[in-house]
Amino acid sequence: MNELEDLYREIILDHYRSPRNRGELPVPPAHRVEGFNPLCGDEIVIYLDVRDGILADLRISGRGCSISQSSASMMSAAVKGLPLDEVRQLVRSFKSMMAIDESPAEEGGAVSEPIDPATLGELGALQGVVKFPVRIKCATLAWNALVQGLDEITAGVVASA
Amino acid sequence: MSEPLDVQALKKDFPLLSRADVDHPLIYLDSAASAQRPQSVLDAMDVYYATTHANVHRGVYAIAEEATRQLEAARVTVGRFIGAPHPQHEVVFTKNATEAINLVAFAWGRKNLHPGDVVVLSEIEHHANLVPWLMLKDELGIELRFIPLGGDFHLDLSRLDALFAGAKLVGVTAASNVLGTVVDLAPIVAAAHAAGAVVLVDGAQLAPHRRVDLAATGVDFFALTGHKMLGPTGIGALWAREELLEAMPPFLGGGEMIRDVTLDGFTPNELPWKFEAGTPPIAEAIGLAAAVDYLEGVGLERIGPHETALVNYALERLSAAYDMIRIFGPAPDPVRRSGVISFAFGEVHPHDVAQVLDQSGVCVRAGHHCAKPLMRALGVSATTRASLYLYNDESDIDALVDGLDSVRKLFS
Repeated sequence: MNELEDLYREIILDHYRSPRNRGELPVPPAHRVEGFNPLCGDEIVIYLDVRDGILADLRISGRGCSISQSSASMMSAAVKGLPLDEVRQLVRSFKSMMAIDESPAEEGGAVSEPIDPATLGELGALQGVVKFPVRIKCATLAWNALVQGLDEITAGVVASA
Repeated sequence: MSEPLDVQALKKDFPLLSRADVDHPLIYLDSAASAQRPQSVLDAMDVYYATTHANVHRGVYAIAEEATRQLEAARVTVGRFIGAPHPQHEVVFTKNATEAINLVAFAWGRKNLHPGDVVVLSEIEHHANLVPWLMLKDELGIELRFIPLGGDFHLDLSRLDALFAGAKLVGVTAASNVLGTVVDLAPIVAAAHAAGAVVLVDGAQLAPHRRVDLAATGVDFFALTGHKMLGPTGIGALWAREELLEAMPPFLGGGEMIRDVTLDGFTPNELPWKFEAGTPPIAEAIGLAAAVDYLEGVGLERIGPHETALVNYALERLSAAYDMIRIFGPAPDPVRRSGVISFAFGEVHPHDVAQVLDQSGVCVRAGHHCAKPLMRALGVSATTRASLYLYNDESDIDALVDGLDSVRKLFS
């Protein structure tokens, strides 16, 4: 059961059972973005309230497995109140922990410095997911949606919903 | 009453079910996704490659002649297995059942369907018998209708005449890959033919488990896939009535499917090669024939009752052990229910269920099973699915029931 305990750490199950920042925000002024995992049909909806370059507030709804839901909950707790550049840096660090390297290929495709999970606080508990490659998509579902939402806000896209 | 299966002996025929490199035996409950292969199938392909391989329908030398003979013999073996009246002309080898259905949609559909024409499918179709028709809807503007799912998890066949009015094709699965529902084809075929429609049956989930008699059922197209019936991946088949195949244009173009080619045009080959462009999956066809031989050796008349007894045992044990389980499928029935068991386990997500079960060697599928419209109809995004075959027995079900207790403890 060791690998399994590594995947389902107590902190993960806690966020799964009691998700933080659950709900919706009025749109506008908030921006709404959806994430979708075609493998399992899991859906996540994130409401982003960005003011003066700071992610002032966010809410998360949708449904999914324990890994996708707890990752979304931990993410919401970690990024709330951060300046956008720090949010993006955290996303890069998290994806690095998930063994996803997004450094541009023109930089020689060098693998970026492996992140020390200890520096990620609670999020470090999700490190065990790396041993279950299929579940990496679950763990990164909310993070990809978050980046998409920030990109849309930066590009000035106005949410239609 | 035929003799029951000796499952312990059968398991020994399947190398993967007796793997020595894992610390617990593999409890394989995902045969609806893909079955395992007996050693005889692996040997048939090895022997072919080691002794006989050459391209088919081309060489005049001895091994090329022998390879051609074995490929065509495999076609007849597969055709006879499903009761095809003229297997040598009417069985087209494809990559899988998906390609077989796409062949019908592409070749028959594009020739015979026009804007506004009606194609009727069902609400329980696998994406393989849904998306090709949605593509034709986009391309040609055909209308799609659906036989609804009833509250008993069987198709609601009460209004077929109205549903089929004006239809050109009715396409249904013979057995649901999600619910374990075995569809009653006879009234569908009768109503479709009365309406002037041809009938396509997706037999991927039925052919491995029950005797199919195409001559008796009266269907017009029948698709199957090799890897769900103990055969290799990369081989499937389309059976169709000869006159339908004759009237259809080719599917893929290339070598083998032509009689003559000039710089101005081509003349298609005879059946069935008209629909088999390029070098076919020769070893896979031979492997599939070996799988059919194995199934016939065991006997489908024994496999069906074995699966029925086992699914009944599973449904009883699961329901007795867990109040939190909700099964999406019809009541036990020797004819109208297969060995596919989809369920919700409380609020635990199917991915989590399958992940924890894997730790005790229990392989089940979690997800939407390539049937997203059906998931929506059931009101879930995914289910956990255990599916049975001839090499499963009560010990596999017991392992599933025990494994679910770990799931319950972890997530409660």
